[in-house]
Amino acid sequence: MIEVRNLHKSFGAVKAVEDVSFSARDGEITGLLGPNGAGKTTTLRMLYTLMKPERGRVLVDGIDAAGDPLGVRRALGVLPDARGLYKRLTARENIEYFGRLHGLDDDALRRRCDALIAALDMTAIAGRRAEGFSQGERVKTAIARALVHDPKNLILDEPTNGLDVMATRAMREFLFGLRAEGRCVLFSSHIMQEVVALCDRVVVIAHGRVVADAAPETLRAQVGAASLEDAFVRIISRSGA
Amino acid sequence: MNAALTVFLKEVRENLRDRRTLVNALLTGPLLAPVMFVVLINAQLHVELGKAEKPLSVPVVGAANAPNLVAALVQMGMVVEPAPRDPEAAVRNQKADVVLRIPAGYGAHWTRGEPAQVELIYDSSHRDTQAQIGRLRDMVGRYARIAGAQRLLVRGLSPSLATPLVAADRDQATPQARGALIFSMLPYFFVLTAFLGGMYLAIDTTAGERERQSLEPLFATPVPRRDILIGKLAATTAFALASLALSIAAFAIAGRFVDTSRLDMVLTLGVRFAAGVMLLMLPLVLLLAALQTLVAAFAKSYREAQTYLSLLMLVPLLPSVLLIVVPVKARLWMYAVPLLGQQLGIMQLERGEALGMAPVAACLAGTALAALLAILVTTRVYSSERLAISG
Repeated sequence: MIEVRNLHKSFGAVKAVEDVSFSARDGEITGLLGPNGAGKTTTLRMLYTLMKPERGRVLVDGIDAAGDPLGVRRALGVLPDARGLYKRLTARENIEYFGRLHGLDDDALRRRCDALIAALDMTAIAGRRAEGFSQGERVKTAIARALVHDPKNLILDEPTNGLDVMATRAMREFLFGLRAEGRCVLFSSHIMQEVVALCDRVVVIAHGRVVADAAPETLRAQVGAASLEDAFVRIISRSGA
Repeated sequence: MNAALTVFLKEVRENLRDRRTLVNALLTGPLLAPVMFVVLINAQLHVELGKAEKPLSVPVVGAANAPNLVAALVQMGMVVEPAPRDPEAAVRNQKADVVLRIPAGYGAHWTRGEPAQVELIYDSSHRDTQAQIGRLRDMVGRYARIAGAQRLLVRGLSPSLATPLVAADRDQATPQARGALIFSMLPYFFVLTAFLGGMYLAIDTTAGERERQSLEPLFATPVPRRDILIGKLAATTAFALASLALSIAAFAIAGRFVDTSRLDMVLTLGVRFAAGVMLLMLPLVLLLAALQTLVAAFAKSYREAQTYLSLLMLVPLLPSVLLIVVPVKARLWMYAVPLLGQQLGIMQLERGEALGMAPVAACLAGTALAALLAILVTTRVYSSERLAISG
């Protein structure tokens, strides 16, 4: 469960995030939808405590990010916008490194790595160095790395960015699997179809503000548009006016 | 602290797999200086000793004017070369180091008992010819003294009448100390090696990690940034120390290829020296690693970090140059100054002198304090919000 209340963040004169509030519930996939530069990445960065909000609160499973940032990071699995791997380490070593940083013991580490490598269909690349990985292989490794400590909550910043159709579809299946396990999945995207295909709930952000927060179908009905894409365009242009 | 160890082990493992880092930190870095050192010293030995041992070849103009003088000079080891057409031009063009000219009036002056004159034609701006000029001047002077003594004896006087005063040389420099004059660059080599050994890791673990976009996921783990920094600093320090240890060992071996006894000097590069250098350098290596990390953390990219660090690399040169240009008497407070303290201490070790407890303590404490300060500042910078953001 991730709760965001009245977040504010500005860089100099630019107000990146203004009064953003929403919740992402367990057993649901929540999509953070918005055009480029809307404040999605900044919002997510405040969730995993890379940045401090000027005002507002972040609660992850009831833990306050301002008071216990380490506790929040422990409860989160994060696939940030920056998802570089260590190229001189193998895929498995990349995952293991993060497992150790999360304090897993050798036994738990081996079990989690084996499970994730199987679930993400990475057996062929697990022993290979990350140098020369395809975009899809890189994202898989980064996701395994984010999930190594078996977190209840998962934050993914544009997870399908740069993936081909097959990889995107595999990723979708994987996220459904995480939802079925009762996890709270929050992901950001600027791609409409993806949100429709994946989300139980959509939070639309434009110009640093939340302009809509509902189930995809409800959203469409609210603005009286035929497709979600029309709804999206209408909501965003309305907020800009 | 467990997390810091994990970070340390990962950084070491990753960088051991990087050929460029390995070659720079553990091969060219530690070995380049000793090899350069052997070549330079041997070249210097060659110039200084080679000329002294070789027969002295001197073109002589007007040799027929003073057959006795020339015969005496030949007996002292001079080889007479044919006279060049224009002696001044020959010296200027470096065709000859020094030319001896005996004017036509030499014999007349000599027989009248007046001071006869010979000319030494040379160019003092060519430093490598000084040994030759000095030897020729000595030979001529020796001949003049013998002839003068003979003249006094012929008149029934003691030659000692003409030498009322003699200055005797009593050089107190030990053979080691004479060596240290040449080896005053050694401390800088050690500092430079430690600097180069840690440089790649300092960049790779900060600016490099951010450029490769792996710093943000790392900061999303529940590890305090301070612990991450400690692990990275430890890895940088470990590489710098390995580099330094290799370099000290290489210098000890290189010392065998330099025949310092021919220069009448001894260089002490034994186990005691190695241990002493390691001890004095320990806090400095930590200080350098922290400064490198600090500077690299400010840089936006790998390339920018390299540029900054190349500039930072010139700073350790200061005390070495300072001590060569302005030799100062070592005082206790100087040992407490980072770099200067190591420079003084290592030079003392080269001379084979025992270091007192107070200078060692001042050196270690002063540099350790500076290192601690640098680490604290780096931790602050490392905790700043914008450090992790790559985009």
